[in-house]
Amino acid sequence: MTQSNLRTGPDANGLFGSFGGRYVAETLMPLILDLDREYELAKKDPEFIKELAYFQRDYVGRPSPLYFAERLTEFCGGAKIYLKREELNHTGAHKINNCIGQILLARRMGKKRIIAETGAGMHGVATATVAARFGLQCVIYMGTTDIERQQANVFRMKLLGAEVIPVVAGTGTLKDAMNEALRDWVTNVDNTFYLIGTVAGPHPYPAMVRDFQAVIGKETRDQMQAQEGRLPDSLVACIGGGSNAMGLFHPFLDDTSVEIIGVEAAGYGIETGKHAASLNGGEPGVLHGNRTFLLQDDDGQIIDAHSISAGLDYPGIGPEHAWLHDIGRVEYTSVTDDEALDAFHKCCRLEGIIPALESAHALAEVFKRAPTLPADHLMVVNLSGRGDKDMQTVMHHMEQSQQEKH
Amino acid sequence: MSRLQTRFTELKEQNRAALVTFVTAGDPDYDTSLAILKGLPAAGADVIELGMPFTDPMADGPAIQLANIRALGAKQNLAKTLQMVREFRTGNNDTPLVLMGYFNPIHHYGVARFIAEAKESGVDGLIVVDMPPEHNSELCDPAQAAGLDFIRLTTPTTDDVRLPTVLAGSSGFVYYVSVAGVTGAGSATTEQVSAAIERLRRHTDLPISVGFGIRTPEQAAAIARLADGVVVGSALIDKIENAATPEQAVDGVLSLCAALAEGVRNAR
Repeated sequence: MTQSNLRTGPDANGLFGSFGGRYVAETLMPLILDLDREYELAKKDPEFIKELAYFQRDYVGRPSPLYFAERLTEFCGGAKIYLKREELNHTGAHKINNCIGQILLARRMGKKRIIAETGAGMHGVATATVAARFGLQCVIYMGTTDIERQQANVFRMKLLGAEVIPVVAGTGTLKDAMNEALRDWVTNVDNTFYLIGTVAGPHPYPAMVRDFQAVIGKETRDQMQAQEGRLPDSLVACIGGGSNAMGLFHPFLDDTSVEIIGVEAAGYGIETGKHAASLNGGEPGVLHGNRTFLLQDDDGQIIDAHSISAGLDYPGIGPEHAWLHDIGRVEYTSVTDDEALDAFHKCCRLEGIIPALESAHALAEVFKRAPTLPADHLMVVNLSGRGDKDMQTVMHHMEQSQQEKH
Repeated sequence: MSRLQTRFTELKEQNRAALVTFVTAGDPDYDTSLAILKGLPAAGADVIELGMPFTDPMADGPAIQLANIRALGAKQNLAKTLQMVREFRTGNNDTPLVLMGYFNPIHHYGVARFIAEAKESGVDGLIVVDMPPEHNSELCDPAQAAGLDFIRLTTPTTDDVRLPTVLAGSSGFVYYVSVAGVTGAGSATTEQVSAAIERLRRHTDLPISVGFGIRTPEQAAAIARLADGVVVGSALIDKIENAATPEQAVDGVLSLCAALAEGVRNAR
């Protein structure tokens, strides 16, 4: 196997190739530099590592199983499909892996107030959860459109003691929530920790969130080794900001035999312009503290993303993905709302697992790809979250398609 | 000497501070915005900051967010903003004009093309909120090489360790953001501003302008006693927000500008 070296980034300025960086207002620079220093210290501190491992095991419920999806495999009639069961984590998605890491860091830094942005609400719930566990004040910014389609998660956050602030600006989705969280942070610099939910934002967030999520890929390596005695042949994960994907992919980046596929949300189709596929339908630019691929118009104004899945509804993507796309290490493809819904239903019926609509995008890619591959091809899909939160959305779509048939 | 240098030197000789006004280009539409821009010097603006609209103004409060939305709704873009500066310069060759905004529209326009056209249009300097000194090579260095000033924001969080880094690439003037927060939010006390300016003076000879949360002639006068420049933005933009007609918008902004100018001129 050829040895490459793709896991050392970012550089000291937070750059993966030309992507990443720290494009933030001066008010935030000292905070971000401070966070970088603290994180560098924490990640080498045996006490921090020990505590993180404890909470991952006994609070989050790790390791999550690597499950051989026998019926999915039979149905596809090709590759042997494994599901990395991140939906079994406490709070029902991979988001908690990162939240538990950052909350321990916040506590170490003596911060008393936690803020976060959320799209689908999963990161908001995970943040509210860890804030409750550590007795810290918690404020969640969420777009009004997302609040409308994710009411159960809004209620969960409130139950957990968080204040949910509706964001009406823009289209009331994830990017607007992130703008508002940044505005809160520049205002409350002394006591506030901004717990970013994905591998985006100014350095060190993309690297730090990736590190906390990399437990997914590390476990997958060990589990596959134990079950099949070798590495997987391919990895598939959905991408909004890209944290579940980065967590699965990162430990395998130097294993050239492992094919890696990231799946963006094509919404109504890339050609319609109504999608959330930053790599397949965007251009490089600067937003939310990092240089990355963005959905933007001819004037460099940011275009609102569209996806049936609120968690993928973001006009940017983590800078490390932008770089991996640029150098061609990871293949980034996309699936539409309809393809994701179809995969959602199949997964429910075939495996008795209700996947999140986000994860259903990865599954849709599996349904395209697995049938063409030989039976000894080992494919791992990140089942990043469970679909309980999506009942309303799915019901709505089923009713709509019923009406269209009549 | 650059227009900014000339202006601050003149005002220093007159022993008064500069009134620095901020409006967003194209708010509420191109023609009204141009009328405001052309009227500002006569209404007492000494330095003009012209906002380049962006969909995601992360460091701005509600007033400037709405100004951005209005301008973008009226199809303002970077090319039109530069055109607006050209039209302004046909009748004014003395008032320094600084473009202020976020990096992405510039990045998309092309940095080299933007700098060349900004210079040619009569722009004197740039304030790009999300461009810290860590990324100097991308915009600050080429802009200065072309003769455009690059004005940096310093904030209450910019400590003595970091200040030299921030000031190293600064020219034109230093913009002191008097409160940690977004534009248009609360204001700092004169004691806080006074202490901050004293600290900045130990690090730089550049003129220091103070902004964020300054809304009235009285507040402007208080800051004008301490600083070399007083920046007012959101309060002017509120006049556009509250105007029923374009004429009211122009009149509202210019009347407030005149009142602020009087406050600044009679401060010392």
